[in-house]
Amino acid sequence: MVSLTINGKTQQFDVPDDMPLLWVIRDMAGLTGTKFGCGMAQCGACTVHVDGAPLRACVMPVSAVAGKSVTTIEGLSADASHPVQRAWAELDVVQCGYCQSGQIMSAAALLKAKPEPSDADIDAALSGNLCRCGTYQRIRAAVHRAAELAKG
Amino acid sequence: MKTAAGTSRRNFLKTTALGAGGLVVAFFVPGANRLAQAAPAAADAAAPFAPNAFLRIAPDDTITVLLAHSEMGQGIWTSLPLLLAEELDADWSRIRVEHAPAAPDYFAVGMPMQFTGGSMSTWTEFERYRRAGATARALLVQAAARRFGVKAADCRCENGTVIAGDKRARYGELAADAAKLTPPKTVTLKDAKDWNLIGKPHKRLDSPEKLDGRAKFGMDVQFEGLLTAVVARAPVFGGTVASFDASAARRVPGVRDVVQVPSGIAVVADHFWAAKLGRDALKIEWNLGPNASLDSERLHGDFLKTATDAGLPASVAGDATAALVKAATRIEADYAVPYLAHAPMEPLNCTVKIDKDHCEVWTGTQFQTMDQAATARITGLKPEQVTIHTMFLGGGFGRRATPTSDFVTEAVEVAKAAGKPVKTVWTREDDIRGGYYRPAFVHRVAVGLDAAGKPVAWQHRIVGQSILGNSPFKMMVRNGIDATSVEGVADSPYLKQIADHHVSLHSPELGIPVLWLRSVGHTHTGFVMESLIDELAKAAGQDPLAYRRTLLAEHKRHLGVLELAAERAGWGTPLPAGRARGLAVHESFGSFVAQVADVSIDNDAIRVHNVVCAIDCGIAVNPAGIVAQMESGIVFGLSAALFGRLDIVNGRVQQSNYHDYRVLRMNQMPKIEVHIVPSTDKPGGVGEAGVPPVAAAVANALFALTGKRQRELPLRATS
Repeated sequence: MVSLTINGKTQQFDVPDDMPLLWVIRDMAGLTGTKFGCGMAQCGACTVHVDGAPLRACVMPVSAVAGKSVTTIEGLSADASHPVQRAWAELDVVQCGYCQSGQIMSAAALLKAKPEPSDADIDAALSGNLCRCGTYQRIRAAVHRAAELAKG
Repeated sequence: MKTAAGTSRRNFLKTTALGAGGLVVAFFVPGANRLAQAAPAAADAAAPFAPNAFLRIAPDDTITVLLAHSEMGQGIWTSLPLLLAEELDADWSRIRVEHAPAAPDYFAVGMPMQFTGGSMSTWTEFERYRRAGATARALLVQAAARRFGVKAADCRCENGTVIAGDKRARYGELAADAAKLTPPKTVTLKDAKDWNLIGKPHKRLDSPEKLDGRAKFGMDVQFEGLLTAVVARAPVFGGTVASFDASAARRVPGVRDVVQVPSGIAVVADHFWAAKLGRDALKIEWNLGPNASLDSERLHGDFLKTATDAGLPASVAGDATAALVKAATRIEADYAVPYLAHAPMEPLNCTVKIDKDHCEVWTGTQFQTMDQAATARITGLKPEQVTIHTMFLGGGFGRRATPTSDFVTEAVEVAKAAGKPVKTVWTREDDIRGGYYRPAFVHRVAVGLDAAGKPVAWQHRIVGQSILGNSPFKMMVRNGIDATSVEGVADSPYLKQIADHHVSLHSPELGIPVLWLRSVGHTHTGFVMESLIDELAKAAGQDPLAYRRTLLAEHKRHLGVLELAAERAGWGTPLPAGRARGLAVHESFGSFVAQVADVSIDNDAIRVHNVVCAIDCGIAVNPAGIVAQMESGIVFGLSAALFGRLDIVNGRVQQSNYHDYRVLRMNQMPKIEVHIVPSTDKPGGVGEAGVPPVAAAVANALFALTGKRQRELPLRATS
């Protein structure tokens, strides 16, 4: 049994210790907003926050995060009102959308650490998140916009 | 995937009549939304209300538009509703969208199948979706006129309301009455000058649900009793299982079954992780078959040898051989591109539930009715007993348009063998190594210039596997020519004015499964042709822009985008030291695109700083979507130009995941600027047209920077 708090809800999961957090979130907790893309921390589609820090859930054994607090895209805000989500909507970032949960979670973590990120900060924080639709330019602009929105 | 314009026009009327005749303005069924569709029980409850055409209107004024095509990022979730809403005079804020089921009503215009591809959705639906809206509007007006006691001609529509004098009725209030009326035989479409929605930028309607995890992709289908399978496939294309030992796999906690299917051994489990561990534990002996000696490097050499001789003629005029001999200058060049995987972000997957007289399939597909027919064959059901639920596609790029329905048929075989509902999931490694690649190509070209530097002889040999040749579409191969292998060369505007030219094609038959990848033949012909024109400009001692101006003088739309992109990029103005520009212009899918790239070489890597893009796609239905698709195509093209390459050694694909099959990342992203040429021409496609020029624009910039011409993709950072 592993105990996890996902989006504020503490749950027990009867899973092997080495099961990646991603599959606990998707197949056990039934939260499908966090995506499977590569299984080796190359694409970032599975990015979630663990105790506030961004983490690739596809390579993280669930035992390593036992007892910790996990936030997924579904828990980022109750009503898509997080500044990153608002900026993404404003700049019409998404295309196929598959990578965007991970992009948004990486961007939200960046803004928490650096409220006014530079382009270099964005490169550093988001180069681990692939987008085959090529929305990078809008993502960059939306991160800057989210920083403005967060200031209110 | 192109259709002759004439054919589609002829068949259009028939199909349109069918669509309009089946138009239903029905009551909205609460709960029949996309999320509920993923649950079999809810889908059954909704079945009696399943619409058979393109829209339904609810009492609360919600208008649900049914998409005959799949949303995979390209933006038709927004552009097709725009067409319909324009003629309906709908309140745009009340538009909802759903993928249509697989059914004849949703066959592509003029085609006997339902599919998404060839950048065709918006332009082929330009009339049908407008007509669907206009027909619904006519019915609503008729219903309102009766209610108001006025003539239909005295009613007007505005923002989802019918108005006559001081009388008003919302569409939702009229829906029930309108549903009882007979649709008019003909409707008149608006003049372009009266458009309120078409031509104005609109944000994506699928954006909200893609920002908070609600959007359901095929991968996200879950319901009670659904198991997950991962399949062990042969390490070599065409290999088969000789024997296997599943005892260790069966001991993995959570594994429910291990079944053999035509493509390999499937481990069926409670969840993905158990299925994956189960697969790792399988012991399989394979019959590798004849493809175990395939080697992509050797194939490259074979292709070059093949190019020594002319192939089957694809476009011939005059006597190119004789003209080459007479030419003042002769340029010879070999170009090559490798096998490429589509690598969409969402790995392939398909969920199948087989009952006695019904089968349901949930997947992100571009080929609904072929998948439906394939499922029917395997299950012994009739196609109409197979329901295809099209989920959002986490990228397609052609990989989800397989004529063999490979990932669907395999999933159906797994569910059939397991006797339970199963979601078959591919890993990234399965995807990269699973075949269905953009074929590798070699081009051997000899061009003769006259004394003024103008091309007067052109001999062009193309060598590469045919996509259509080994598919159910092989009847589209005419006189041995697969048009998708030569498009962009055989119909090049440059060749039209060369009296002596000869384009020929060799289509070697190999055991590597090949498939269309975003912009298909243009992925290589755009690179080859626009690199060559730069080579010719150099040989002629002319500026690449000035040279193209002369050659394309009769091709106004090429010239229009070329001039616009060059001007906006500041062609000819100085750049910082260590940087250089290149340009390219290419027509594909009925649209004309020019791009100017500026590049440097930085730490042994090619750095693309800016790409300025101009597109003429005729009427710009949703300019915001067009800009997004240009950005998208450029990034897709850059990934191929800078990184894309699959190597096959001893029949085994060497790359396996994004670490060795690299695609562009944020830190490598150039600034992109997109300009749309205003036009009243008929719409062209935009989902693919942004891809073809960019590799050549970058290659030409690298030549300007280094003086070295690169004729193979991916490009290298050689200074």
